[in-house]
Amino acid sequence: MAEIRIEKLHKAFGDFVAVRDSTMTIEDGHFFVLLGPSGCGKTTTLRMIAGLEFPTSGNVLLDNEDVTYHRGRERDIAFVFQMFALYPHMNCYRNLAFPLITQGTPRREVRERVIETARLLRIEHLLKRPVGGLAAGDRQRIALGRAIIRRPKAFLMDEPLGALDTEFRDLMCQELRGLHNRIDATTVYVTHDQVEAMSMGDMIAVMHQGDLLQVAPPQELYDNPATLFVANFIGSPPMNFLDVEGGLESDLGKARLVGGTEVAMPTLAERPAGNAFVYGIRPEHIRIDDNGPLRGRVFGVEYMGARQVVTVDTDAGRLKVRTGGSVSAVVGETVGLDIMSARAVIFDQKTERALARDTSPALAEAANG
Amino acid sequence: MSTPKVLTPTESSTQLKWFAAIVVIGYAAISLIPIVWIFMTAFKGTATAISYPPAVFFDPSLEGFVNLFTTRSRQSAEYLAQLPPPETWWEEIVRQNDQVIAGPSPFFGRFLNSVIIGFGSTFIAIVLGTMAAYAFSRFKIPLADDLLFFILSTRMMPPVAVAIPIFLMYRALGLSDTHAGMIILYTAVNISLAVWLLKGFIDEIPREYEEAAMVDGYTRFQAFRKVVLPQAATGIAATTIFCLILAWNEYAFALLLTTNRAETAPPFIPNIIGDGGLDWAAVSAGASLFLLPVLIFTLFLRKHLLRGITFGAVRK
Repeated sequence: MAEIRIEKLHKAFGDFVAVRDSTMTIEDGHFFVLLGPSGCGKTTTLRMIAGLEFPTSGNVLLDNEDVTYHRGRERDIAFVFQMFALYPHMNCYRNLAFPLITQGTPRREVRERVIETARLLRIEHLLKRPVGGLAAGDRQRIALGRAIIRRPKAFLMDEPLGALDTEFRDLMCQELRGLHNRIDATTVYVTHDQVEAMSMGDMIAVMHQGDLLQVAPPQELYDNPATLFVANFIGSPPMNFLDVEGGLESDLGKARLVGGTEVAMPTLAERPAGNAFVYGIRPEHIRIDDNGPLRGRVFGVEYMGARQVVTVDTDAGRLKVRTGGSVSAVVGETVGLDIMSARAVIFDQKTERALARDTSPALAEAANG
Repeated sequence: MSTPKVLTPTESSTQLKWFAAIVVIGYAAISLIPIVWIFMTAFKGTATAISYPPAVFFDPSLEGFVNLFTTRSRQSAEYLAQLPPPETWWEEIVRQNDQVIAGPSPFFGRFLNSVIIGFGSTFIAIVLGTMAAYAFSRFKIPLADDLLFFILSTRMMPPVAVAIPIFLMYRALGLSDTHAGMIILYTAVNISLAVWLLKGFIDEIPREYEEAAMVDGYTRFQAFRKVVLPQAATGIAATTIFCLILAWNEYAFALLLTTNRAETAPPFIPNIIGDGGLDWAAVSAGASLFLLPVLIFTLFLRKHLLRGITFGAVRK
């Protein structure tokens, strides 16, 4: 198993920059997720780690060895493709055995390892079948088997669950994470699905238009998004963004929203330098409270049993509020909203960067309480 | 007033099926008649072959085949009478026409030339074409589109248009009437077809297959050979047949560039002269035998061919 480090990795296709000067470290044994919308450079990054693509500049280090320009077969990594890439002219057994056979492993050992891997993935009954007629989930398992059979330094997975239907995806998510926990292998996993990323990843790197925006554990990413994009991309429904009117005085402790309502500010750890700001607050950090400072009309209610998402039109803009299912909210009714300001994030509108908050434990506790 | 008959989906498809069957059978009949006629003529014997009105029912004879494979000389009745009785059935057929066998005809050699040149050039065109198509399909080649157009442009005029320059070049290079010369020529003509057809097939093979193989320890060439080729087999089979048919049947260049050593069967067969003119039975026998290798080869690859020709259809 291995630590993967990429340093100032850059890839341009002609004028188009797919990946811009990315630097990150993927720790040994981590389940590392590259997350972003399609075209953000996450797959290109993965392919450069795999040696299927060479960077324009920058380095890829595998256990401190510079492998930037080594070909895939010289890196000892395994790759799982979105469409599985099972060899259609071979049966399941031969697909699993393929990576061992290319390495010249003795036949008996190949046999043992195939059976062992098949047992691990519970696909022993499929070994003699051609891959053509398999269900998507079984193909996925064979593809995973082909990756783990060689015991490589790292697994690279390019949207491996993308071709599965939702129901099956949840199951495979659990299996994949369980598998990772059992074999404890460094895994780099590419997806555009934030739910997949949040539920599986030890660390998540969010990419957008070639830029690496933030690398953080899921909770950190959710609570302290580094940019507007990350805040918007992570979470469903996403964070609410309210434009702040005028500048911010950090010692004032209040922000004046468009429409004139003043709301409390989180404690910032840096002085706001720009002149236009966005007040970001997650739907679950707003409470419906008749004494709340912000007032608005209920536009819609999505009731989901234990929870509900209430959309409220206020002078400051449309807000989504996540509350318990028992709170009464009727469309057309006027409600008051109370914002848990300690959990709010202030973004500089121009740079889209989040201003650092003072996240000392005492404050966090106060916010949670 | 009768109500208009409304066709149910099954009825209309049954009617459509019958219509399609009739069209296919009709087309097959029209295209098969000349071939049937050639086979019939081959078994008619020299005299019946040119009888008028043409005989549809006749006593089959192997005279055409005997004439195809032998050269004969006409002898006087006295000379024939003093000969010992014929030892073989073919001698017997020849004697009936007051002839004796003088020796084998060049047909077998010409046929062999066709096999060597046809299959040889097809093999080379397919090997080079597959590799070129793979390169065009997978690598970023500067000016790839222009190169592909250039390759195709060699097919934009009838090849015979450049017959004279090629004739002169071949004479200067000493390639006239050689197997190598004909193989090079047919390879050159076929390779553009091969590259274009095969590029289409290879484009359809997801590159993830090779990438998976390359990450798993194969070199690019190994991945090409062990992963891409098996999946392109259908396309390669179809392309092989197209190329073989073209090289096998080519007439104009063979007539122009070969005279003896490397002459192929197409220019030889129509010139089989019998008594007082073309020996149509022998010509037809030659044509019939000439059809066989391609027929057998095509039957052999038929499974691939049917799947291959429907390229563009969903291939899963």
